[in-house]
Amino acid sequence: MTGRAQNPPFTGPVLRVADITKRYHLQGPLTAKISRKGEKNNILRALDGVNIELRRGEILALVGESGSGKSTLAKILVGGIPATSGAVHYHGVQMPKRRGREASRRIQMVFQDPYSSLNPRISVGAMLRELLLLHRIVPRGEVRAESIRLLNLVGLEADALDAFPSQFSGGQRQRLAIARALAVRPDILIADEPVSALDVSVQATILDLFARLQLELGLSILFIAHNLAVVQHLSQRVAVMYLGRIVEVADTAELFSNPRHPYTRALIDSIPRMTAGSVNEAFVLEGEPPSPFNIPSGCRFNPRCPFAGDACRIEDPALVVVGSVTGASPHESACLRAADLDELSLARTPNPAVAGTVRSVIK
Amino acid sequence: MSTPTLLLAARRQRRAAAPRTLKAWYQNRALVAGIIIVGALVLVAVLAPVLAPYDPVEQDLLNTLADPSAAHLLGTDKYGRDVLSRLIWGAQVDLRIGFLAVLIPFVIGTVVGAVAGYFGGWFDTILMRIVDVFFAFPFYVMVIVLVFIFGSGEFSIYIAIAAVSWVSYAKIVRGEVLVAKQQDYVVAARLGGLSHGRVLVRHIGPNVLSQAIIYAMSDIVMDIMAIVTLGYLGLGIAPPTAEWGSMINDGQEFITTQWQQATIPGLVVVVASLGLSLLGDGLSDVLNPERRK
Amino acid sequence: MTDMLLEVENLVIGMRRAGRPDAVIVDDVSFSVAAHERFGIVGESGSGKSLTLRAVAGLLPKGVEVLSGRIAYAGKSLTGMPPQERRRLMGPEIAMIFQEPMTALNPVIRVGEQIAEGPRRHLGLSKKAANTVAIEMMARTGIPDPERRARAYPHELSGGLRQRIMIAMAVSCNPRLLLCDEPTTALDVTVQHQVLKVLEGLCADTGTALIFVTHDLAVVNQTCTDMAVMYSGHIVESGTVADVLGDARHPYTQGLLGSAPDFDRPERRLVPIPGFPPSLTSRPAGCPFAPRCALAVDDCSKAMPTTELVAPGHTAACIMTAGVLA
Repeated sequence: MTGRAQNPPFTGPVLRVADITKRYHLQGPLTAKISRKGEKNNILRALDGVNIELRRGEILALVGESGSGKSTLAKILVGGIPATSGAVHYHGVQMPKRRGREASRRIQMVFQDPYSSLNPRISVGAMLRELLLLHRIVPRGEVRAESIRLLNLVGLEADALDAFPSQFSGGQRQRLAIARALAVRPDILIADEPVSALDVSVQATILDLFARLQLELGLSILFIAHNLAVVQHLSQRVAVMYLGRIVEVADTAELFSNPRHPYTRALIDSIPRMTAGSVNEAFVLEGEPPSPFNIPSGCRFNPRCPFAGDACRIEDPALVVVGSVTGASPHESACLRAADLDELSLARTPNPAVAGTVRSVIK
Repeated sequence: MSTPTLLLAARRQRRAAAPRTLKAWYQNRALVAGIIIVGALVLVAVLAPVLAPYDPVEQDLLNTLADPSAAHLLGTDKYGRDVLSRLIWGAQVDLRIGFLAVLIPFVIGTVVGAVAGYFGGWFDTILMRIVDVFFAFPFYVMVIVLVFIFGSGEFSIYIAIAAVSWVSYAKIVRGEVLVAKQQDYVVAARLGGLSHGRVLVRHIGPNVLSQAIIYAMSDIVMDIMAIVTLGYLGLGIAPPTAEWGSMINDGQEFITTQWQQATIPGLVVVVASLGLSLLGDGLSDVLNPERRK
Repeated sequence: MTDMLLEVENLVIGMRRAGRPDAVIVDDVSFSVAAHERFGIVGESGSGKSLTLRAVAGLLPKGVEVLSGRIAYAGKSLTGMPPQERRRLMGPEIAMIFQEPMTALNPVIRVGEQIAEGPRRHLGLSKKAANTVAIEMMARTGIPDPERRARAYPHELSGGLRQRIMIAMAVSCNPRLLLCDEPTTALDVTVQHQVLKVLEGLCADTGTALIFVTHDLAVVNQTCTDMAVMYSGHIVESGTVADVLGDARHPYTQGLLGSAPDFDRPERRLVPIPGFPPSLTSRPAGCPFAPRCALAVDDCSKAMPTTELVAPGHTAACIMTAGVLA
């Protein structure tokens, strides 16, 4: 919403998420099972006012810890579950609550586990044929040719048509899942941790494939991940999620070099470094994410934030543009002290206060 | 540059995997044994008019309770009927009732369970309460009560067994559907714009049926035992139709003098049960892709 | 080399099969770990890294066994030792941490008691003294409010806390060797960072040696001093972490480094390794990496290359790199 008026050539995002919330009400004996001691609240707030835009032809990464609501958002975007409130706008038009065949075709999904995402009893050819015919993508006589084109697109050959999913390796299965998603010619791909289940050497081939699809087909991709090195490698923009809300959005290079939210900084400083000699000592985040049953008042990050002041415990900060616009898009952060973060910098140089707590952890 | 190597390796891997399914079938000893036993029994039942040396219901009151001889390999019963012929014709009756009495609840239970599991909601809640009620009563008590109500005979046996045992299928299929519908491939099928019906029939169905089929095999055993038991209690197939249960019942009074009259049909029941159990075991191995490895 | 805490020599792990040759999963693996050393074993799924670790712990899955070779702890052979004697070593001498703490913790016993069990049994402490040790261990692993958490059941704790409970349990008897099987793979990056720091601090304080199995090169770089890279059941390269990651000699190690995104070098293009690892039943003769290797020559597929010293303390099993140096 905030950045819309600023760029004249901006033709509007392909997907706009407006203030989406998702609550789960738990009652009866279930409450006792799920809620921990002392948490009487039985409303789980999985998403708590999410605003985000996906632009035409970009890869936007969505990062955050487990339980931050990434996957819930993905399911809402593809229409798998309804949102409690808020709206999803596709090309400026609000998506209906119940999506028809045509509406669901536009946004497709690639799942994390390539083993559970392919039906073991349906051959690759049958899987593609079903979708191509249902959506009348090509005339009946061209279904086979189109299936082969799709397989080639994801780096597989025509002989895969007669095979069943069990005959493929993890990486190949993920290619099949991508081919299935592309069969109905979507504009948007939601990829939920698509490389987390794969071995490192295979990961790279799938990341390559996403980058190629973005270029060749002009796809807009929302790439959900927890591995920040992967995100940094692949995406143009990054959105950071914490406890059901986006807390920072910026161009990838900008976000990683100049994080404006303490949580983003903690994430970056926690990344294990691969280059010999490069160490990530600086900043060990205290504690663990609070329960989504009991979101802290004020800024939701304040109990773990080394910079939290009194205002942070009272005021819930909104996502606003911070700093100067360096890249193609504004840098937004939901931190009351975003402007002061430079002075409170910890990056690479240990802050005495926090370093003290690190020592106490180890002692 | 990397792709050709990758594909080559993939193709090689696939070639090796292709014949595995069929191989898994004939390499499975339980399955092969089950198919042989059940196949032989079915063959005997089908060929009963050819195989049986005598009419199974024709009485020969001058030659009752004869010992085994060249003319009557297993002797005759108290009405002078040939025991071997009755045994062969009995296979027809018992196997027919066994399969049919499974087929009806299989179809009803699978449909009801699949719909309940897939859509959930009030239908599911009501179904599960009904299932609980049925499970609270012992199988035989229910069947006997229903046979009393409908009167003895083949038709009422079908009704009674179907009315009692569909709940098992409903419960099994519902559970399998609950698991299957959480799988990503089902979500993906829905995102592909497929209707609920199509997702249920085409994408969930094949993955949940195997458990029900495996159960059906052991259920046939149960049903044959039930028919035999009902026959033994005098509630089964009306005499003089040849049926294993009534043969055991009739033969038991002469167990001390003519042991084969009750024992041989009993053994045949055991063999039939064994064959069906082996078949069920084997099927559960080859139908479950996870257990195949 | 008697000052080595753990020596593994020519270890072969596999399944014995009636009427057919044994299925070899881990083939001719040798490495040693000195006291205070933190040794990382890196490999992809199916490389045999976890089985190697489990063989050291004596926890091989059913049907899988050590076919030949020797595992020696402090000069004593573990492989020839009677099971009871070996079990007595587990806890006070060697301890293990698993990937999924939920499966390693007893769900119906309070975590404090589970930690105290080791010191009571192995160190002969009274119940009260053992409980004190348990709470102290929990504090040392950075668990906030350890007195209260000690009374919790495993399911009441988050993944990060459960992993720390397991660490506390493992170190409660002051083992000299700690075996870690992907202990942070299931954790979020911030929690992984916390747990790695805890492990590192503990080892620094007590001098416990560490064997750390993972698929993540970066985690090894952050945690370990020495490392080995495994591929298809073989150690293909080993040395100090700085040598192996900074000056990788084996094409597989180079391939791994080239295909993993490096946070410090975002511009670098990722180069995937073509193909995929051989399955257990279709391992090629000779170097298992040869079919995927850009440098492979005919000789590579004839025999498994011997492990050669490529620099002081740095070995690789590749005829191409060894040849270049010789």
